[in-house]
Amino acid sequence: MPEQKVVDTDYLLLEAPRERKFITGAQAMAEAIKRANVDMAIAYPITPQSEVMHLVGDLWAQGYLKDYYRAEEEYGAFSAIAGAARGGVRVFTATSGPGLLRGLEAIASWPGHRIPAVLGVLTRVVNAPLSIQPDNIEISYLLNCGAVVLHAENQQDTFDFTLAAFAIAEQVDVYVPVAVATEGFFVTHAKGYVDLTPEDMKLPPRNPYKAPVPPTDNEIPPARIQRDAPVQKSNFMSYLIHAVWQQEVWASTTRAMKYIYKYLGGPIEVINPDAEVFVVASGCAAAQAREAVRYSQLEGLNVGLVKVKAIRPFPEKEIREVLKNAKGIVIPEHNITGWLAKEVKAAIPNNDRVVGGPRVYGGMTLPTELIMDEIYKILGVKKERKVLV
Amino acid sequence: MGLEYVRITTGFEDYMPKDYVDLVKYGQFGKDYDIQELGTFKELVEEHPMCAGCFMAYFIRVFYASLPKPEDTIVIGTAGCARLQLSQAAVPFIYGNYGDTNAVASGLKRALEIRFPDKVKDVVVVAGDGGLMDIGFGMTMHSWFRRERFTTIMVDNEVYGNTGGQESGMSPKGVQLKMAPKGKKFDKINAVELAKAAGCVYVARISPTNPKRLAKTIKRAIIAARHFGPTFIHAYTSCNIEYSIPTEKVLEDARNREKKDFTFYEWMSDDVKNYFEQIESNKEGQEVKV
Ligand SMILES: Cc1ncc(C[n+]2csc(CCOP(=O)(O)OP(=O)(O)O)c2C)c(N)n1
Ligand code: SF4
Repeated sequence: MPEQKVVDTDYLLLEAPRERKFITGAQAMAEAIKRANVDMAIAYPITPQSEVMHLVGDLWAQGYLKDYYRAEEEYGAFSAIAGAARGGVRVFTATSGPGLLRGLEAIASWPGHRIPAVLGVLTRVVNAPLSIQPDNIEISYLLNCGAVVLHAENQQDTFDFTLAAFAIAEQVDVYVPVAVATEGFFVTHAKGYVDLTPEDMKLPPRNPYKAPVPPTDNEIPPARIQRDAPVQKSNFMSYLIHAVWQQEVWASTTRAMKYIYKYLGGPIEVINPDAEVFVVASGCAAAQAREAVRYSQLEGLNVGLVKVKAIRPFPEKEIREVLKNAKGIVIPEHNITGWLAKEVKAAIPNNDRVVGGPRVYGGMTLPTELIMDEIYKILGVKKERKVLV
Repeated sequence: MGLEYVRITTGFEDYMPKDYVDLVKYGQFGKDYDIQELGTFKELVEEHPMCAGCFMAYFIRVFYASLPKPEDTIVIGTAGCARLQLSQAAVPFIYGNYGDTNAVASGLKRALEIRFPDKVKDVVVVAGDGGLMDIGFGMTMHSWFRRERFTTIMVDNEVYGNTGGQESGMSPKGVQLKMAPKGKKFDKINAVELAKAAGCVYVARISPTNPKRLAKTIKRAIIAARHFGPTFIHAYTSCNIEYSIPTEKVLEDARNREKKDFTFYEWMSDDVKNYFEQIESNKEGQEVKV
């Protein structure tokens, strides 16, 4: 393990020199952890996530982390993450589909406990019938938890989003967990070029006293010693306290937007802002959408891309603005319910412009041709399909 | 809080709430009261909304009065009757989700060990039988398997008290409760033996009829956890509501159970035994480094 020096967060994320490596998405996530000055990680195996936490375990064995263990199951892992974060250390864990659902009660309570944890979500089918392939239906379950949810398109995003996630989560005016999702296998087990920051530089350590809610470490004047637990006093008080606290949690999630601009260049990426038709996509689907936009250009069609990087907070204003003159909007997804299409439809006027699909699920790939078909339909382009028998 | 954080800055005494000033002046911080002095010092917990005559409420009062180092203790609780009182004590308290106590405590204790390797920080779980032996069973057991260094105290009222009287795994066989309209079909879980098999270094079963013994058991469990590994106390804390025990009969019931299945039982590993022999023979009761 090389000696690592602490550098300024903004420097590391925005200015530090980068070196190009050809690595998998799982490696990219672990490379981010290596540079994030993480104190403790808690693991539980599930394909396709396991690769990430194996690599993080190796980092602990090499001395990059101070503690690491394999938990009893996901609910135990995520509850222990809450305990560790409240004890003031920087924490990381990761999971996939069924594991996320098993631990969801714990995750849904992280924001209320003001746990600035970072969670890797390496997508996988939620069971029955069994498949371990990438399908991102699980992200829809995360959307109402109060966490910031980022969706990475490729290995580079996985590195950048994961490293930035710690910086975003620990902002005093945010202080909620950040989930970094990307597609299992397609990204985790495939290689891509990633520009990495230097291995010998890491983020400053977590300062648990720079927080809206103090850590539970008995090292601060006892604000909590007042023996009046209003939540226990009456149902009326508990409604009220829960209500205002959750308002603050969701406001905090919203306030993460300015840091998403700062560290990730904004919640969306737009190609060809004057397009007639837009493909709006997140995660791996954005890579296929990018291809569809390229094909369209080659064919002389006026098609643009909106890649959505932040699913929570959802960039309603930004999306409404880009799509204001769009004739049609195609939203390809790797899940059956079309959660992204629902989000977009809820954000824009005249939402009958939205074509909810193409959708693939169960872990299938998303052929660019399916996206092109929808574009042709909107533009009234007739195409001969050659069927080889 | 470490004592230095509890102390009031000179000149501020007049502006602090009286309750707080009294806690610092006449309370347990930095002092070592005998449980028989209960009533002569300012207690960490003084009010609670639990049912009149609830034996669990009495147990929790004695529990707080027995903490060896309250200024450096964090209590972890969960859904269930106990948290109603635990959350009103002058000791930091964490309430997560139902049954998650031993996972939360594992993470917390490890975090504190990372950040304060040279300080004693006691983490104590106080949770119901349903929380520890039913919904949280896996997390309870695995915290013991992993040898996590904190104390687990099960306040066993043999029922889901907080949700209105349903059967728990700790209810005695045959008892008719909600969700067991034909009576419970299987035996009370043998939590003490499970704790021993799972690696606890100090295990006790107690019916809280004798405050001196109870206080000593609690202190021992907490101190042993600092140095050696997980410790467990199984305490009988009857629910006079769901088991229809008249308030004036609560102590009598506890004594009866003590004669039957809640006889006092204390087991510890040889290391722990040696350690206590050393510190308890030491006049000042000073802790020794191990
Ligand atoms: C996930 C979840 N399931 C169920 C509940 C409902 N619940 C709250 S307290 C409780 C039972 C408490 O029983 P026990 O743990 O024995 O404690 P007691 O109230 O008897 O002291 C239950 C089932 C909950 N809060 N959360
Ligand atoms: S329901 Fe039972 S255990 Fe709960 S507070 Fe009332 S008497 Fe105590």
